[in-house]
Amino acid sequence: MLRFIANRFLQGIIVLIALYTITFFLIKAMPGDPFTGEKNIAEETKELMREKYGLNDSVFTQYFLYLKNVFTEGSLGISTSKAHSVNEMIGQSFPVSCVLGITALLIAIAVGVPLGVASAVRQNSWIDYSSMAWAMIGICVPAFTVGPILQIFLAMKLPLFNVAGWSSPRDVVLPAITLGLVTTAYIARLTRSGMLEILSQDYIRTAHAKGLPISRVVMKHALRGGLLPAVAYIGPAFAALISGSFIVETIFQVPGMGQHFVNATKARDPFLLQGVVLFFGLLIVIMNLAADILTGLLNPRVRLTQE
Amino acid sequence: MSLLEIQNLKTYFHTRAGTTRAVDDVSFSLEKGEIVGVVGESGSGKSVTCHSILGLLPQPPAKIEGGVVTFDGDELLDMPPPLLRAIRGKRISMVFQDPMSCLNPYLTILDQVAEPILIHEEVTKEEAEQRAIEMMKKVGIRDAEKRARSYPHEFSGGMRQRAMIAMALVTNPDVLLADEPTTALDVTVQARILRLLRDLRDDLGVGVIFVSHDLGVIAEVADRVVVMYQGKVVEQGEVLSIFENPSHPYVKGLLACRPTFETKFRILPTVDDFLDTEEAEDGSITIIERPDVGKRLADLERESETNEADGSDLPDVLLEVTDLKVHFSSGGGFFGKPHEVVKAVDGVNLTARRGQTLGLVGESGCGKTTIGRAILRLVKPTGGSILYDGTKLLEVPPNESLSYRKRMQIIFQDPYASLNPRLTIEQALIEPMTVHGLGADRHERRDRVVALLEEVGLSASHLLRYPHEFSGGQRQRLCVARALALEPEFIVCDECVSAMDVSVQAQVLNLLRELQEKRDLTYLFISHDLSVVKFMSDEVAVMEAGQIVEQGSAEELYRNPKKTYTQELLDAVPRGDLESLQARFKG
Repeated sequence: MLRFIANRFLQGIIVLIALYTITFFLIKAMPGDPFTGEKNIAEETKELMREKYGLNDSVFTQYFLYLKNVFTEGSLGISTSKAHSVNEMIGQSFPVSCVLGITALLIAIAVGVPLGVASAVRQNSWIDYSSMAWAMIGICVPAFTVGPILQIFLAMKLPLFNVAGWSSPRDVVLPAITLGLVTTAYIARLTRSGMLEILSQDYIRTAHAKGLPISRVVMKHALRGGLLPAVAYIGPAFAALISGSFIVETIFQVPGMGQHFVNATKARDPFLLQGVVLFFGLLIVIMNLAADILTGLLNPRVRLTQE
Repeated sequence: MSLLEIQNLKTYFHTRAGTTRAVDDVSFSLEKGEIVGVVGESGSGKSVTCHSILGLLPQPPAKIEGGVVTFDGDELLDMPPPLLRAIRGKRISMVFQDPMSCLNPYLTILDQVAEPILIHEEVTKEEAEQRAIEMMKKVGIRDAEKRARSYPHEFSGGMRQRAMIAMALVTNPDVLLADEPTTALDVTVQARILRLLRDLRDDLGVGVIFVSHDLGVIAEVADRVVVMYQGKVVEQGEVLSIFENPSHPYVKGLLACRPTFETKFRILPTVDDFLDTEEAEDGSITIIERPDVGKRLADLERESETNEADGSDLPDVLLEVTDLKVHFSSGGGFFGKPHEVVKAVDGVNLTARRGQTLGLVGESGCGKTTIGRAILRLVKPTGGSILYDGTKLLEVPPNESLSYRKRMQIIFQDPYASLNPRLTIEQALIEPMTVHGLGADRHERRDRVVALLEEVGLSASHLLRYPHEFSGGQRQRLCVARALALEPEFIVCDECVSAMDVSVQAQVLNLLRELQEKRDLTYLFISHDLSVVKFMSDEVAVMEAGQIVEQGSAEELYRNPKKTYTQELLDAVPRGDLESLQARFKG
């Protein structure tokens, strides 16, 4: 188990270096630099700024210098557009996104898994058809439609929540529902197909032949295996949820991390962009590892010691 | 009154394609402490009968259309589900065919064996587990205390089946429904399980319905036998009297078409030699005995005599395998522990003569399939040499190996899995010819395919069909035709009749024999079934744990085995002949 984790950790570092390399050169391939668009700044000042941020060094010096700073100091650089340390910016916005993302995931699991199980147990019944129809809607309808609809009905017509803002714990609810909707829908569909496959297995017939009531057959004999596809999906999905969503943050005025991805790109801010991409990559690596460990706990046939 | 009585049971499957009468008016009974064997080929309705008794069939598509099943005075078919659940697993237990897929891979063995007690009785978990462990010991699971908390994949096939049996017996049921409980097992394990079932019947007085497609197994274990064919019971009675004096043509055919150690026929009789069926418009089937059975059998026997080889001069050696080794490594990795080496084949010598059949027998996992694949270079041997018709195969450079692949072909066990479901038969058979540049153009190749199909007993009308449109036996004929498409001289038959009913098996064996004589083919015939290997082979090699234990002429090896392992294997084979039956009942 420890060997497995160490192994995956090393792989993760390789993945992150690859990710860094690709984004670094993609950013370099963008025309212009952070200061190209700034019309009100004198050319000499721009030149000074470029010098300060090291943008005049050779591409390879820049590449290795940033890498060195990440490894030795854990520093992700200074944002050229906001003049703050990228670590600080992530440090402020990530907790917000994290709370939002965790709430969204909990809602998604609490709704998606029971829906999926019920659909599978009552395959081709009205429960199945209606919950799968809802799941399809959840996948198809975008957040910028769901968000405003929730705002209209649950904040304006029924004043249960604030329309937007991030000041009280209640403010988590609407953005979390909006953010978690797609995940809920996917979890429901994956749980349903996973459960259907398990319920058709021979050992489910064995369980019936033992005289077990249906509830016990489902909960004890089918659920563990049936959840595996959903678990494999939840890992990366969770990383995506807690790293913020620009659309949801904009609709509900949440100071999360999603804004940085878009703003950094717009401002051609190489260090901010590099920083959030690397951080997101790190989250994905960790969550995938967590999902694999969870799979190993659920499924005794998976041995984590082997690669 | 009998313990379990089935009267006029009718279970039909209603699908879009129509109604299948899976069980059609079946009646038989089971007494306390009795073993009733239910025998028939796949699709004869024997499993469906068992599942109907406990209401385990998915409904729809299945529907019980009529009949009465009484157990200890209670009617089971109309029983409300909660009451039926109280009987399932408590008073009537079931053992299924495949112990791997029928045990839950996510739960420990102990969890699963103790579960019926916990469900049906008011006991503590500790007590239930204690009883489960005791039952596991009773069915012969060694170190039950230690191994009980293992998962099914950590058990061998035989141990899993024992765990299944322990799970079924742990509540002291009155009736055990055993659905092909030994079919997936090796003969030696099978022999132990059969002995176990008989002992348990004697000790606990449990009544057993033992379903099997194998008459030999039924003859070993059952007191009475019920023979099913196409959903109907065609004959039932004491097992000895049925073997001595079968009255129904299907039963006669079934008895004649399984090869045994004593089989004298060169060409096996098939069930079709004995009977004809007529299907009425409502789907019911009438069986008619052929009037000319006696003449047909006499013809077969005469043919066997004329083809008797004199055996004085041996044909020349086509294939010589020396010190063949195939090792697989597992484990390892970036930080992994050092590689573990599995010696699948470890220093094997074999010789096959032109136009003859070399049989290779052994239990599952002994490496026999790997040998076949190594000879065809489908896996890379670790060491040794393969001399084929004077050429050292392992030294042939890759760009020249194509011509050898043309001369050596293989037929796999599962004909369905080894035919691409998205290719028509024409495409599947033309493909090897295209690869090897046989036939001038598409028309010529097509003509060859038609000729091949006719040679294996199919016809040009099958050309555009897909594999799923054929029956199991027909599919294996297609695989034979595909192997023949390149006009090879050497064919590896890897368990190629193992998944078949005896009547279909007889047809495919006959086909292989016929082709061998016509085309002077050399076979490497791999099987776990000693009777089939005896029937097919001139020479036989016995394999155990990657090594050849014994090799010799088929007749000699079966009559005088020199090694204890060979003797054990031979002893474990259910004979299903009259002598051993008489010995069982009289001795």
